[in-house]
Amino acid sequence: MSDLVVKIEQALVAARAAGAVAADAVLVESSGVETRVRGEEIDFVTQAHERTLGIRAFAAGGKGLRSAITSTSDLARESIERMAREAVALARTTAEDPTAGLPEGGFGAEHPNLGLFDPADREASVEAHIESARRAERAARAVDPRITNSEGSEASSRFSRVAYGNSAGFLGEYEAASHQLAAMPIASENGTMQVDSWWTVGRTRARLLSPEDVGRRAAERALRRLGARRVATCEVPVIFDPVTASSLLRQIVGCVSGYAVYRESSFLAGRLGERIASELVTLVDDGRLPGGLGSRPFDGEGLPTRRNVVLERGRLASWLLDSYSGRKLGLASTGSAARSAGSAPGVSSTNLWLEPGATTPEEIVGSTERGFLVTSLIGQGFSPVTGDFSRGAAGMWIEGGRPVHAVEEVTIAGNLGAMLEAVDAVGSDLLWLGSVAAPTLRVASMMVAGD
Amino acid sequence: MTPPAESAPLTFFEQRFGMGERSLGVVLSSTLERRADHADLFFEYSTEDSVVLEEGIVKSGDCHRVQGVGVRVQAGERQGYAHTNEISLESLRVAAGTARAISEHPGAPGAVTVRGTGRPASDLYPVARPATEVPAQLKVELLEAIDAHARRLDPRVRQVMASLVCQHRVVLVAASDGTLVGDVRPLVRLNVQVIAADASGRRREVGYQGMGGRYSLDRLLSPAHWQPVVAEAVRIATLNLDAVPCPAGTMDVVLGPGWPGILLHEAVGHGLEGDFNRKQTSAFSGRVGQRVAAPGVTVIDDGTIAERRGSLNVDDEGTPTRRTVLIENGILCCYLQDRLNARLMGVEPTGNGRRESYAHLPMPRMTNTFMLAGPDDPGEILRSVSKGLYAASFSGGQVDITNGKFVFSASEAYRIENGRLGAPVKGATLIGNGPDVLTRVSRIGNDLALDRGVGTCGKDGQSVPVGVGLPTLRVDSLTVGGTER
Repeated sequence: MSDLVVKIEQALVAARAAGAVAADAVLVESSGVETRVRGEEIDFVTQAHERTLGIRAFAAGGKGLRSAITSTSDLARESIERMAREAVALARTTAEDPTAGLPEGGFGAEHPNLGLFDPADREASVEAHIESARRAERAARAVDPRITNSEGSEASSRFSRVAYGNSAGFLGEYEAASHQLAAMPIASENGTMQVDSWWTVGRTRARLLSPEDVGRRAAERALRRLGARRVATCEVPVIFDPVTASSLLRQIVGCVSGYAVYRESSFLAGRLGERIASELVTLVDDGRLPGGLGSRPFDGEGLPTRRNVVLERGRLASWLLDSYSGRKLGLASTGSAARSAGSAPGVSSTNLWLEPGATTPEEIVGSTERGFLVTSLIGQGFSPVTGDFSRGAAGMWIEGGRPVHAVEEVTIAGNLGAMLEAVDAVGSDLLWLGSVAAPTLRVASMMVAGD
Repeated sequence: MTPPAESAPLTFFEQRFGMGERSLGVVLSSTLERRADHADLFFEYSTEDSVVLEEGIVKSGDCHRVQGVGVRVQAGERQGYAHTNEISLESLRVAAGTARAISEHPGAPGAVTVRGTGRPASDLYPVARPATEVPAQLKVELLEAIDAHARRLDPRVRQVMASLVCQHRVVLVAASDGTLVGDVRPLVRLNVQVIAADASGRRREVGYQGMGGRYSLDRLLSPAHWQPVVAEAVRIATLNLDAVPCPAGTMDVVLGPGWPGILLHEAVGHGLEGDFNRKQTSAFSGRVGQRVAAPGVTVIDDGTIAERRGSLNVDDEGTPTRRTVLIENGILCCYLQDRLNARLMGVEPTGNGRRESYAHLPMPRMTNTFMLAGPDDPGEILRSVSKGLYAASFSGGQVDITNGKFVFSASEAYRIENGRLGAPVKGATLIGNGPDVLTRVSRIGNDLALDRGVGTCGKDGQSVPVGVGLPTLRVDSLTVGGTER
């Protein structure tokens, strides 16, 4: 039994002893190194070692359970016992909730090896990270003399161990890692500057792109923004590159989360089974992709992760649910519970992607007579309650199927529901830069606000 | 155990973890075994609790204790940092070894002596009883009362989500220059979100409001304070049920007083942070002494306002906070500095070195940022616009420091027609260019107001509490993002 599992068992025993009728506990231990280099000079090196234990206690009530959560980084036995007592005492002040409780069962016994880390990566030195970042910096500056400065290049590695157990009999743990390299070069011309970035991220260092690829790609993106200008206010087709398209997917995730649905704080509430998007849109969430950045063998309640089709050729096929939001909606958990040491379970996607189409991104741009290719979005102008979307955008203006100049300081606006229905092209270029991935996609028409 | 409010941070860390002046000196001395310009230790012990209400009941509560220490060594532009949540002499020695590895040259280790009372010179936010010591039952009852009040105010209210977050944080900074200062930082925050639906139930809109600051929880528990917050959330949600789509294009914009000060924060404040300017990556780099705003525009960052959410007695490097004039009568005066960037730029630190927690490196950050009041009557400002947009409140914003472009989203806005407020509009986004936008200010109201204490600023993945403020302001020709022609 690992040291983590021992602490989980101590927490569960302590919660029972303090009067909890049910309990669960999660322990996350992580260590990591993060470096940033600007030009040749080191900016910072940060190293960390952390662990946090979270205890959730359920106290009995006439109409349902009461619950509370406590967390601490002090893992001495007395501290764990005190936090368990506090969790039970706090639970007794909250309301009885007929829906509250652990999952009724269905816990996985076997935990597949999902390839979430490579032990050899622990041997990578701080100097190796600094060298990766330096190589990315050099590669970026070598692309063009107009790359004159940078916000730096960052290389980081983080290793974590997660253990979870509950009084319904589940006990499991897994190890994972995440490695990242990012470059943020600045291009300048005629007294104006443009920054952009590119990055690579993976569960193992072997899966990362080379620092040269990262630096070069970042520089090309920054250079492409030079000479950007506004355009006149108009309604045109809007193409999202894989980076900005994945940002749209994250907004959809918030709207299909069981919590947003039962609270009616999602514009999609009540529309399960309906066609809500173009037939080109199929959205899949799969917690068991080997080496996936969102993969995990079990979810935040100990239930096995799995593949969920959220949107199937435009039809809203499934919500993402944990056991609580599932009970609220009369449905079973989809194994989508997310849990940090200090919070109650919530819902998150695991590895979520938009199925790629057959069209290349070049064909999508080439078939757009006049439109806007968006490569950067800023601001938080999205309401899950109404689906209203209005965000700052930058990218390339398209005339006659070709990019003609960079665009900045405009907004694009619409309603996410209408945008999903108006998707008229999905690219073949699915790109994983995190746990949410998209290919290029085009929305037939959106309002672009500028001059 | 929450440390008693009156106990000095130094005493607290000494009694609990054995971190007295002697131990601190020993660890700091060891950081100087390599050549360094500065080294410091940052200790933190925080208690945070929260209760959340939805569907009329408080379903859960939570309580967290966070403790940790960070050891930092600066050599030239370099910073080495190691942090851990184990506070012991042994873990500090290991962390010091890791942090000093940033320097490649042997140093001249001498004994470092830290001395001081461990307290700031004065306290901007004394609190007799930490909010985290107030019985949970009172917090639960507050949220239940809020739910009932919201539903009583308007039958169209469908959902009420309310939360109360209480934080009590004890920090201690010890540095190689002998600095030894601590701070006890209370922070409370109430959030109310209301979803209203029209008679058909199909149209739903949301309204938010909140309040908070570094003061006693007793204030939030009093109906005189929380009832107006609830009323605002209900008013905005129901107002938006009648909102029409926002027009798109360039138009004159009037910003209401208070929270719309987020314009200053995004458009100007971030671009004036010392790190970006030392690295020459800000659209404001090298512009001190130049005109960056219309005459009459004076912008201040002030960390010394009593009880404000963005205020601090000392920053997270132990520097006392101060009032800094960033822009005076339209001319750029200076940048916001932490110790590292001040040293490298050859200026004084401004008390703006802040970090999210012991697990983060400090950076130059804003505290409370606002524009001084001007001469104009707010009603007169509105009447001066024939066709435009009035933005009364915002839900958030973001800026690209390097090209200066900013964007922010209105949560309450109206068309202006012939000098009068027209229909409420939804989904309005304002976009512009930071170095340019304040030069378009044509009217400044006499009604400066600070926000209610709800701001959180994100930078490089770190969140810190901040404040903003603004008088009513007219800005000519700003781009409004919407869906209508």
